[in-house]
Amino acid sequence: MRNTGMRLGWALLLVLAATPLLLPSNALLNFGVGVLIAALAAQGWNIIGGLGGQLSFGHAAFYGTGAYCAALLQLRFGWNAFAAAGAGVVAGATLGAAVGAVVFRAGLRGSYFALVTLAIAEVLRILANAAPATGGAAGLLLPLDARPVNFQFASRAAFYAVALACVGVALAITAWITRTRFGAQLAAVRENEDAARALGIDAFGIKVRAMTVSAGITAAAGVLYLQYYLYIDSSIAYGTSVSVSALLAPVIGGIGTVLGPVLGAVALEGLGTLTRLVAGSRAGVDQVLFGVLLIAAIAFVPGGLVGRRGRP
Amino acid sequence: MMAPAIVAEAVVNGLLTGAVYALVALGLTLIYGVLHIINFAHGALLTCAMFAVWALDWAFGVDPYVAVVLLVPCAFVIGYALQRFVIGPASGGRDGNVLLVTLGLAIVIQNGLLAAFNADTRSLTRDGAFDVVAVGPMLLSAPRLVGFGVAAVVAGLLWAMLAHTDTGRAIRAVAREDLGARLVGIDVPHIFGVTFGIGCACLAIAAGLLMPSYTVNPRAGEAFVLIAFTAVVLGGMGSVPGAVLGALLIGVVESLSGLFLGDSLGQVGVFVLFIVVLLVRPTGMFGARA
Repeated sequence: MRNTGMRLGWALLLVLAATPLLLPSNALLNFGVGVLIAALAAQGWNIIGGLGGQLSFGHAAFYGTGAYCAALLQLRFGWNAFAAAGAGVVAGATLGAAVGAVVFRAGLRGSYFALVTLAIAEVLRILANAAPATGGAAGLLLPLDARPVNFQFASRAAFYAVALACVGVALAITAWITRTRFGAQLAAVRENEDAARALGIDAFGIKVRAMTVSAGITAAAGVLYLQYYLYIDSSIAYGTSVSVSALLAPVIGGIGTVLGPVLGAVALEGLGTLTRLVAGSRAGVDQVLFGVLLIAAIAFVPGGLVGRRGRP
Repeated sequence: MMAPAIVAEAVVNGLLTGAVYALVALGLTLIYGVLHIINFAHGALLTCAMFAVWALDWAFGVDPYVAVVLLVPCAFVIGYALQRFVIGPASGGRDGNVLLVTLGLAIVIQNGLLAAFNADTRSLTRDGAFDVVAVGPMLLSAPRLVGFGVAAVVAGLLWAMLAHTDTGRAIRAVAREDLGARLVGIDVPHIFGVTFGIGCACLAIAAGLLMPSYTVNPRAGEAFVLIAFTAVVLGGMGSVPGAVLGALLIGVVESLSGLFLGDSLGQVGVFVLFIVVLLVRPTGMFGARA
């Protein structure tokens, strides 16, 4: 069952990934980039949330920090876009390590972990919205200068290919983690932290490392968003909807699996676009559907689209 | 330096606001104490109740305090049904799943309200939001004074119910040890539903008390619930007196930081307090071990 699902998933993904490059229309490429950015953020969440079993409700903190850091370095310090992008990823990963170190040292798990991550993202959102340095409520706009050296491309297909490569790297990282000793220890901590510690696993160190990788990948998604749309504000970067969508895609697609977050992102973005076509521009309708889907997925397919069945 | 009279007035106003926060926090702490779940839909449910109060006033001219009497039974039934038929069965009793299911509910309710009423901010059509009562040298907001009185009565009634009725004893038994409660013949899923219903009924009362002096939009509940989360964590998750004291304290802290720091930073203050309390003393002032 699982193998067939996996193979079908891979085949479907390869076809979907190639489509916008073979039939390059602006609408399709826009949609594709949206899916890839959402998928990347979700892949980041999946490392700590899926593989590590620590449900973060505030991954927007890392997404936004990546985006704001990359934007500010370019705008205020004149950094090259690629260097700024790299710094954004490092900033996100560092924040992840710091949050992980403090929160896991305090022994927060489960609901407490969810609450504290949510609050951290909200603090950052309010600060980014209020501080003059981050452009306040007006946000930050990168000047349009579509040259590859600026991490801006005249053709959408080129950006799509870059985003696709990022998702590919994140897939490889996830697949690699699941095959290493680190991944096995992370799974042990997820299934039973006390038992894992009794076996001599450094649960704290494992979780902090997972949080660092997780935050770095999600920060990369924020950076991609910035470079594609060239604009961010506090609610785009740090909004609750970012945290929710990073969590929703893996839960729907298959929490803790390699492919799940990507499949979930495709399903959610596709559904969102369809809903907007049917329901028009009425705000909220697509989100209502996502919420229903979340509850239904947990009730009826707890493993997600490609997940193991009957896992606790 | 501020005049002592201004500071004293801010403290009293903080206590008045804190009492209504306490009602929101009571529902949250009761649900946590008994079901051991954090109800992420609490904010959305509060928004829903606030919209109901607004709609009754807008469509039929019902006074918000009368609306409370109508809404409390509805809220209880809705809460009971949500726990019994949605949250309970969908989550299969696993903690991580409960978190996600209540988050899903929050998304559905909040965006359902957004789709139905769009993002506009609404307020009641009647006057009285700015009525003040002179108490000694202080001028106090009349709607908040009423809110304080009602909140105190409701908290007292809730305490008496928990302490002296059979249902209250059953709720406390389930909170202590649900397997044991099951063994002595308590219908645990029913008690879970009743507890959730009581939590929602508290929200309906809070909504009626808030609407005369606040506005509502589809995201209005979030702010209050974050404050309520902080109060509950501060007081100790699951502790009823802790939640009330925590909420009063936060009302005062918010009022004072608004006075000294201005509104936008006062908002950050509550979040930071929340994070620090979680990190330093997640068991709160009265809580059992987390």
